[in-house]
Amino acid sequence: MQQHVSFPVFGQNDYFNYKNPQTLENRMPVVDAKKKTQDPIVTGTSVIAIKYNGGVVMGTDMLCSYGSLARFNSIQRMEKFGSYTIIGAGGELSDFQSLSNTLNDLVTLDHCIDDGSKLSPSEIYNYVARVMYNHRNKGDPLWNSLVVMGYQNGSSFLGKVDLVGTCFKDDIVCTGYGAHIALPLMRKAALDNPNMNLEQAKKLIEDCLRVLFYRDARSSKKIQISVANENGLEISEPIELDTYMWQSGEAAVKSFSQV
Amino acid sequence: MDLKLSPFPTLEKQMPIEHGRFEAYVDNGGTVLAVGGPDYCVIAGDTRMSDGGYGIQTRKYTKIFQLTDKCVLATSGMQADTLALQKRLKTMLSHYQKEHGKPMSTPAIAQFLSNTLYYKRFFPYYTFNIVAGIDEKGEGCAWTYDAVGSHERVKYASQGSGNQLVIPLLDNQVAKFNQQIIAGGNVTSQQAVSFVKDAITSAGERDIYTGDYADIVVVDKDGVHWEKFELKLD
Repeated sequence: MQQHVSFPVFGQNDYFNYKNPQTLENRMPVVDAKKKTQDPIVTGTSVIAIKYNGGVVMGTDMLCSYGSLARFNSIQRMEKFGSYTIIGAGGELSDFQSLSNTLNDLVTLDHCIDDGSKLSPSEIYNYVARVMYNHRNKGDPLWNSLVVMGYQNGSSFLGKVDLVGTCFKDDIVCTGYGAHIALPLMRKAALDNPNMNLEQAKKLIEDCLRVLFYRDARSSKKIQISVANENGLEISEPIELDTYMWQSGEAAVKSFSQV
Repeated sequence: MDLKLSPFPTLEKQMPIEHGRFEAYVDNGGTVLAVGGPDYCVIAGDTRMSDGGYGIQTRKYTKIFQLTDKCVLATSGMQADTLALQKRLKTMLSHYQKEHGKPMSTPAIAQFLSNTLYYKRFFPYYTFNIVAGIDEKGEGCAWTYDAVGSHERVKYASQGSGNQLVIPLLDNQVAKFNQQIIAGGNVTSQQAVSFVKDAITSAGERDIYTGDYADIVVVDKDGVHWEKFELKLD
């Protein structure tokens, strides 16, 4: 502990704390589990994804919010890992970046083994699920909802992992507000059209993201759609959604009456 | 005077908070039950996984896990913990098999699960288990547990969100409690499957966390037989 002196004598006072160096732990001591437990700061909202006949399609918007502030407007919330897998993330952005680093290390390690085998979507999904579960066991969760999708050897993969380690595979997966708003719409669409093709699936995802934009106040109309199929992985360029008119005055009244 | 020179002032951080504090446990719901007979055991579990509230995360998550050719584990509660528990038991049983040259017996598995649960007494697996199958004598058997490993061998059992709805039905139809006209006694495997289907359908009628589909598993001397059974999707 540092002592205050009225007349500091050079050489006698430890001005720069050489004797008691302030590490990060000293500055912010971890007193109890409460200190570890975090709140998300910069957050992304829903991720939605669906299997179609011959692959998987996933969509997210590109907004990362700081509370209610629309802070970062052009963040890609989906990442490729290896040759067959894409992960989309909602929740804390920095936690997803940290997880991305971990997974890229894993992919690099797998590449260096050089045995011709590559990490499959289900391997990455299971790895992610263990990482998330181990973090929750430490009381220091990665605050994300993750959607893992992929396509390998003629079969599609789609699964979800959340911050406590809950994980499952399904044909339709949504996170956040998407689970409330988009999921029922997508389940109905899949029921009406069980053999959806790529164009129909993309349109469905786009329509659902539009509906989310209308009601989820933490979403934006700048979106990306990614696809995993026999042609490999593709994450689209940013797409600006067409929405209803936003003019004021006479034009707005007209456009509203057309709805 | 208590003045301090510090290059790093400690500030209370003030951030916008929209989410609640981190909650390490989630109840994903679901009902599992088992009925043991003289030479068989019937186990059932629905396949709905809820999000802890009104939402359904998936309609096809199976709660029944095969441990050996004579033993299955049926679990409701938190899915992430269930998965961790299943992985742990699977590896430990594989070790046992390799060390002893035979699979672990069902009563031994039952005790082992209790030890495994109690090992995490102060940070428990939020899981509600039934171990069921046939024992060394070939008799049907079932054990029920609480989250920290208290257990009991029983003739029939149920666990999970629909437990309260299922148990009276089994008391009446399997144990035939307090019925003077009908003689008690053993039920056949087909009868047990029929009870179990009725029981889980009834649970799905009133319990919102139970539904979609059910796995009906029969364990007998020939092994483990799976059947899919439809429940209501609402």
